[in-house]
Amino acid sequence: MSRNEFAPLPSAATARYWAATRERRLLLQWCPNCERHVHHPREACPGCLSTELQWRESAGRGTVHAVSVHYRPFAPMTAEDCPYAVAFVDLEDGVRFLANVTADDLEAIRVGDPVSLQWSPIADGYHLPVFHANAH
Amino acid sequence: MRSTRSLRGEAAIVGIAEAASPTGELPARGRTLEAQVIKAALDDAGLTLADVDGVAHADSSLDLAEFLSIAPAFTESTYTGGSGYELYVEKAAAAIATGLAETIVIVYAATPRSDRKQGLGGWVEPAGPRDEFEVPYGLGLMGSYALAADRHMSQYGTTEEQLASIAVATRQWAGFNPMARFTDPLTVDDVLASPRICSPLHQLDCCLVTDGAGAIVVTSTERAKDLRNPVVPVLGAASLHSHNMIHAMPDLTVTPGAITGKRALDHAGVTAGDVGLLMGYDSFTITALLHLEDLGFVPKGEAGAFVADGNTRPGGSLPMNTNGGGLSYTHPGMYGIFLLTEAVRQLRGAAGARQIQDLEIAVAHGSGQFLSAMSTVVLGTEAAL
Repeated sequence: MSRNEFAPLPSAATARYWAATRERRLLLQWCPNCERHVHHPREACPGCLSTELQWRESAGRGTVHAVSVHYRPFAPMTAEDCPYAVAFVDLEDGVRFLANVTADDLEAIRVGDPVSLQWSPIADGYHLPVFHANAH
Repeated sequence: MRSTRSLRGEAAIVGIAEAASPTGELPARGRTLEAQVIKAALDDAGLTLADVDGVAHADSSLDLAEFLSIAPAFTESTYTGGSGYELYVEKAAAAIATGLAETIVIVYAATPRSDRKQGLGGWVEPAGPRDEFEVPYGLGLMGSYALAADRHMSQYGTTEEQLASIAVATRQWAGFNPMARFTDPLTVDDVLASPRICSPLHQLDCCLVTDGAGAIVVTSTERAKDLRNPVVPVLGAASLHSHNMIHAMPDLTVTPGAITGKRALDHAGVTAGDVGLLMGYDSFTITALLHLEDLGFVPKGEAGAFVADGNTRPGGSLPMNTNGGGLSYTHPGMYGIFLLTEAVRQLRGAAGARQIQDLEIAVAHGSGQFLSAMSTVVLGTEAAL
């Protein structure tokens, strides 16, 4: 299996998130009561325990918070996927989002670099949100 | 937190045993290995199974007690990963201090190295949000720690060389441990030349995968004074978890140790400056580096220079991981019990060639999962009571 064959198993709390990836839209959970995002998506807001959570679409812009280039694959990645970069991205929405970051030169990616959202197709018509480091 | 009766000095570690080998492999596994180390730890204490009224085991204390045919008043199986054994000592000390139980056995055995050779199934991570929000990106355990290391380097200027110097110092200590997996001298260049697996971490920034087992017997300090070994009282303990997956870590450069360290030391009535030995869980070099800062041995951001200056190596100002650590001695998966056995051995004055002179206070600091769950135990000699 490689990343492109990865099949998410959405729960009731994450079904909407994954469904939106079929249309290449990144939805973040939002608590209207606390007026803040909730990430990872879950059944109730950790601030007020409201179960009436909403969704807001992210523009997918952010900066690198931390990055690690992987030279050995960790499942579901395979040797053909290596090297690949995993990064925390600080989205403009205020959410810290983990994803792969692509660049011509992965080792050149630095904390603070601006990144933008891209989509990588995976199994069952879903897509995986990933980011591209614009400067590299 | 409500102030309650202190557990300071109420309980003591009276029996220790461990199994490990330079090949990284052990001939026994599972319950056989657990029975062997429990027997050895009870023998060390001069006690028998008939004295035991409490058990702790990371999988199932219920099954362990059934296996031993005992009916324990204290039963504990909280899972916090590698820090579980420090958590169990804290809970055991609290149970003993409040009279719930008197003599508690804590045990761990795992043989991932032999299991892999024999094609036996390995450890399977429980299902959780990581499956949808981390796993698809190929982020594993090492990558999670690598992200913390990258952030620390970016924020504080910590270097790969400084991280490597932790592996070097730990290897120097391993040279004094005949049971250690690796004892050959190591240089910073060796670490940097080892394969980069998840930047900025190299293979030699990473702990071993070995077979290993350990057991600990905790009882009341009152009873400990009648037993054969020097008394090693539990002076303070504290635990906290701030997240499980790294995704939910509030700040990649600050661990729960920043809270447990201060609480445990305050509880013991000592400061970081009083500590003569730090047994700090070294799953990766970055893990140990964060402990030095969060437990208050150096200010935040300054541990890199501290380790590069040799402070944690033999002869340094703060001996760290004198058994050779998870980096060079043994690491069967949940290494936390070995932090305790070494701290006790040192406090008894029984550590042989690696003995720290005039040691009075030692800290065993466990770290579990993804820098998630931490437990700090402050141990001392009887003189520290």
